[in-house]
Amino acid sequence: MRKGIVRRVAAGLLSFLLLFASACGSKSENNDVIKIGANLELSGNVATLGQSGLNGIMLAVDEINNAGGVLGKKIEIVKYDNKSDNTEAASVATRLITQDKVVAIIGSMTSGNTLSYVNIAETNKVPVISPSATNPDVTVDPKTGKVREYIFRTCFIDPFQGTAMAKFVLNELKLKKVAVLKDNTAPYSVGLAKFFVEAFKAGGGEILADENYTTQDQDFRAVLTKIKNLKPEFIYVPGYYEQVGQIVKQARELGINVPMGGGDGWDSPKLVEIAGAAALNNTFITNHYSSLMPDPKVQDFVKKYKEKYGSEPDAMAAVGYDTVLALVDAIKRAGEATPEKIKEALMTTKDVEGVTAKISIDENHNAVKGLVILEYKDGKQIYKAYVNP
Amino acid sequence: MNLIKVGVDKMNEFIQQLINGISVGSIYALIALGYTMVYGIIKLINFAHGDVYMLGAFAGLYATLVLKMSFVPALIFSMIVCAILGIIIERLAYRPLRNSPKIVILITAIGVSLFLEYTTMFFLGPQPRAFPEVFKHASYTLLGGKVTISNQEILIIAVTVILMILLQYIVHNTKIGKAMRAVSYDMQAARLMGINVDTTISITFALGSALAAAAGVLVGIYYNKVFPLMGIMFGLKAFVSAVLGGIGIIPGAMAGGFILGITESLVSGYGSSLYRDPVAFVILIIILLVKPSGLFGKNVREKV
Repeated sequence: MRKGIVRRVAAGLLSFLLLFASACGSKSENNDVIKIGANLELSGNVATLGQSGLNGIMLAVDEINNAGGVLGKKIEIVKYDNKSDNTEAASVATRLITQDKVVAIIGSMTSGNTLSYVNIAETNKVPVISPSATNPDVTVDPKTGKVREYIFRTCFIDPFQGTAMAKFVLNELKLKKVAVLKDNTAPYSVGLAKFFVEAFKAGGGEILADENYTTQDQDFRAVLTKIKNLKPEFIYVPGYYEQVGQIVKQARELGINVPMGGGDGWDSPKLVEIAGAAALNNTFITNHYSSLMPDPKVQDFVKKYKEKYGSEPDAMAAVGYDTVLALVDAIKRAGEATPEKIKEALMTTKDVEGVTAKISIDENHNAVKGLVILEYKDGKQIYKAYVNP
Repeated sequence: MNLIKVGVDKMNEFIQQLINGISVGSIYALIALGYTMVYGIIKLINFAHGDVYMLGAFAGLYATLVLKMSFVPALIFSMIVCAILGIIIERLAYRPLRNSPKIVILITAIGVSLFLEYTTMFFLGPQPRAFPEVFKHASYTLLGGKVTISNQEILIIAVTVILMILLQYIVHNTKIGKAMRAVSYDMQAARLMGINVDTTISITFALGSALAAAAGVLVGIYYNKVFPLMGIMFGLKAFVSAVLGGIGIIPGAMAGGFILGITESLVSGYGSSLYRDPVAFVILIIILLVKPSGLFGKNVREKV
């Protein structure tokens, strides 16, 4: 009997301690730093997007802090991993706003994750700037058609991206029959596919198939076999690199040799690992930037990034970097680091000299930017074209 | 003439889907064998089995990446590691509970499963890893170039068939196999006949885990993707395969795996790829409603 009671008390004590330990967060008030939150995909399905983004962000932050900071204060990035998951992203946003009391949030890299907390940010009046969420719904509420007051992005939006690829396929590759294979659990993929299809049809092209997969899928052979038999001239896969890598690999294995393409969700060092360089030949993507652009600002950024991290910066790193520049510019113009003033300053952002472009925020809180079209050859991205906004 | 061409095209598409389905089905069958053998011998649905498969994939990854082994040594390495792991799990988590109510051991199995998943995630991170190219991928075309089969698919089917033949041999032509069958039929009587029940059960776990490990390595190479939670979906589907064929019956697990794989492939290809995963669970519900003892199962009446 005694043994039973001791065991139960011990178990109770242990669980209480564990609960207590996990609930403890860090809450330090520090008035000579500007706290900026980063809600990023550092693990999970699109981990490299967040990891590269964070690298770009920290490169910019370190540069700025070393030059004296902003308004005499250093920038502190409070980062959390949203695990590429919507629920976690919302939870991270809440934590950043209520516990860490950040003045602005950078994030997330994907439209789906960002959408999960736009309402939280709006309610709490904390500005959110996404470096790479490209779905239009992130800044403009589709139900009311109104711009979300506190949400901004420093990248282009998918109508532009989808149209650019549609035009490229019709006019440059001169192909008319396309099959689309999208991730229907990701708002980014669904949106981008929709805009591509609209523009492609408007340009006189034919959509042979509009097929779906989910983010959990690993085996695409069945749907690829179905697509193969429709004999498309081009396959558009506007998804994220984890699944796209598998799709391209399995497509080539099934003997599908037509050109394939997608959007900025392809851009990851892991894509080549998953698909293999040979499979990626004859694929094209639209993207925010290319490290091969001859612009001296780009080359300077590439050099600095390589020195610090030892690898080539991909598009996510570049947009992460630019987002910090845009945010810091807004804080400077605002004169004080409070959420309300930062929001107002962001609205009038004009010609911030970023790596990817001169960043100006338009009335829909989107950046007016061009894009690049890249081709994969032997596992490397080749610069094909620049499309003006 | 055009109609014949359409017919031939459709036939080729069908055969292609079949090949896809048989490859995936082989994986389900390999994992299902472990489920069915353990259930047969101690009437436990070993929920941790899917995670042994996952660890087999990681072991194979370690073997090829760090120990720089080639495919066959890596496969054998992974199978041995998981066989030992299976024995350890049985010894630590299930044997002490052998005389407890079935629900207790079931919950423990779930606990072991979660433990394996999250410990792996803690040490190795949740991100998916790619297998190094263990052998060059090559595609072969059949039927005049219309149907493709890759050498990886051939490998999966070949390894599966070899392992299944080996298993059948062990179970029906060796003493230990006889012991396994005896214990699964009646544990007490087997013990009275002088069979070391503990050892027999350990060996059953070892065999099942080794097969799961082989499946893990094959999947790691085929999909080029290894991550800590990979055992969940495949484990569940293998479980469905085992139930479909008749849980506790070895040929049933093999048949169930192939049937599930092929059905999934056909539904995915001809219906929508979104229905791929639900297919397994619809099959589970149907079989439990219509013939719960499975396709190969017999309704065993309780001897009073």
